Amino acid sequence: MAFLSIPNVKIVGVAAAVPKEKKIVSELECFADQAEAERTIAQTGIVESRLAPEGMVCSDYCYEAAKQLIEKLGWEKESIEALIYLSVSRDYIEPNTATVIQGRLDLPKSCYTIDVPMACSGYCIGLSVIGSLMSLGCMKRALMLVGDTPSKIMSPLDKTLWPIHGDAGTATALEYDPEAKPMLFNVMSDGKQKDAIIAYASGVRKQVTEEDLKMVKEDEGIIRNNTHVKMDGMGVFSFTMSQVPKCIKAMMENFGIEAEKTDYLLLHQANKYIDEKIRKKLKFTEEQTPYCLEEFGNTSSGTIPMTMVTRIANQLRKGHHSMVMSGFGAGLSMAAVYLETDSIEVLPLIEI
Amino acid sequence: MDIKEFIRNFADLFDDTDASLITLDTKFRDLDEWSSLLALSTMSMIDEEYDVQLSADQMRNANTVQDLIDVVNTAE
Repeated sequence: MAFLSIPNVKIVGVAAAVPKEKKIVSELECFADQAEAERTIAQTGIVESRLAPEGMVCSDYCYEAAKQLIEKLGWEKESIEALIYLSVSRDYIEPNTATVIQGRLDLPKSCYTIDVPMACSGYCIGLSVIGSLMSLGCMKRALMLVGDTPSKIMSPLDKTLWPIHGDAGTATALEYDPEAKPMLFNVMSDGKQKDAIIAYASGVRKQVTEEDLKMVKEDEGIIRNNTHVKMDGMGVFSFTMSQVPKCIKAMMENFGIEAEKTDYLLLHQANKYIDEKIRKKLKFTEEQTPYCLEEFGNTSSGTIPMTMVTRIANQLRKGHHSMVMSGFGAGLSMAAVYLETDSIEVLPLIEI
Repeated sequence: MDIKEFIRNFADLFDDTDASLITLDTKFRDLDEWSSLLALSTMSMIDEEYDVQLSADQMRNANTVQDLIDVVNTAE
């Protein structure tokens, strides 16, 4: 079991940026008919999301969120000692996007930069990485940039994935603080299910050839090529229903966290039906469990910070709050976190 | 397990299919209404009512109601 207790680190601010352009699920071409679109909306809870235009990618939204957050916090650039970029939507496989963003933000050369290419489990995994780096006090201030532009890596003619995903980039600012309550984690991996969510010709395992770029009709409403992300819906559903609640429950039991004493349950949101099942199994109430997927879709690792920014910003700005978070997805990877915040900076949603 | 109850639970997942058409030997994939969504609903029902989590392969390999019952019984 990967139970981690990471002391001395706290979140001090969150910002999120999304494209202005909307993608309305009921109007999409990938569906056979209106009835099919309606069914998808009913099953997933997703009505619309945002779509990045040509030339804008995840790092651009993260960059904007980071820029505005640094300004709002009054952070001197020289004081920022680490920046991690948490996304499968990297500018390049090489070099690191975190390093590229360090250049764009004009952060000092002493800034520690790495990419952590995780998808939906990303926010929680990211906290374990940045938390671990900062916990000893060698770095006092850091940025964690988290998000995804699924629109760049999925086929618009894939009715199983295109309608439900959305684009977003977020920034979370963290500080070293010996008074901070520890962040508590349970992190798990299941690589035997690597094929559950995968883009086959996207790395070195399968070099991209002309054949890989050909759009193939795999089934009614599913036309994509070998570079596109594809998902085994049933496999992911089974995993989410069985493994995820266990992972979160194990974390809560290990650390003595009780649902009724916790302010919020922030789940990764790919499908409201599944999230509601998880919520009920963990005995959290509706009031404790805000969602934003109906408006922004599945923004991969971005769904948790997007919920913080668009649904509970006012609450987080004032006073002390506790929350259980959980992200789960490609890998298969899943993580559960418990953390507390105190009057953090939350910027209004940035639309660019 | 109460077999009649299982068949009832399974039949309840269907909106447009008469319950009388669903028996132990019914090849549910041949039913007009069958879809991948119903497959997920079946997995969900089995999780909620019997606390058994089917893997995707187990769901895919089941063809009759009896097959589903067998998987649940083996797991319990």
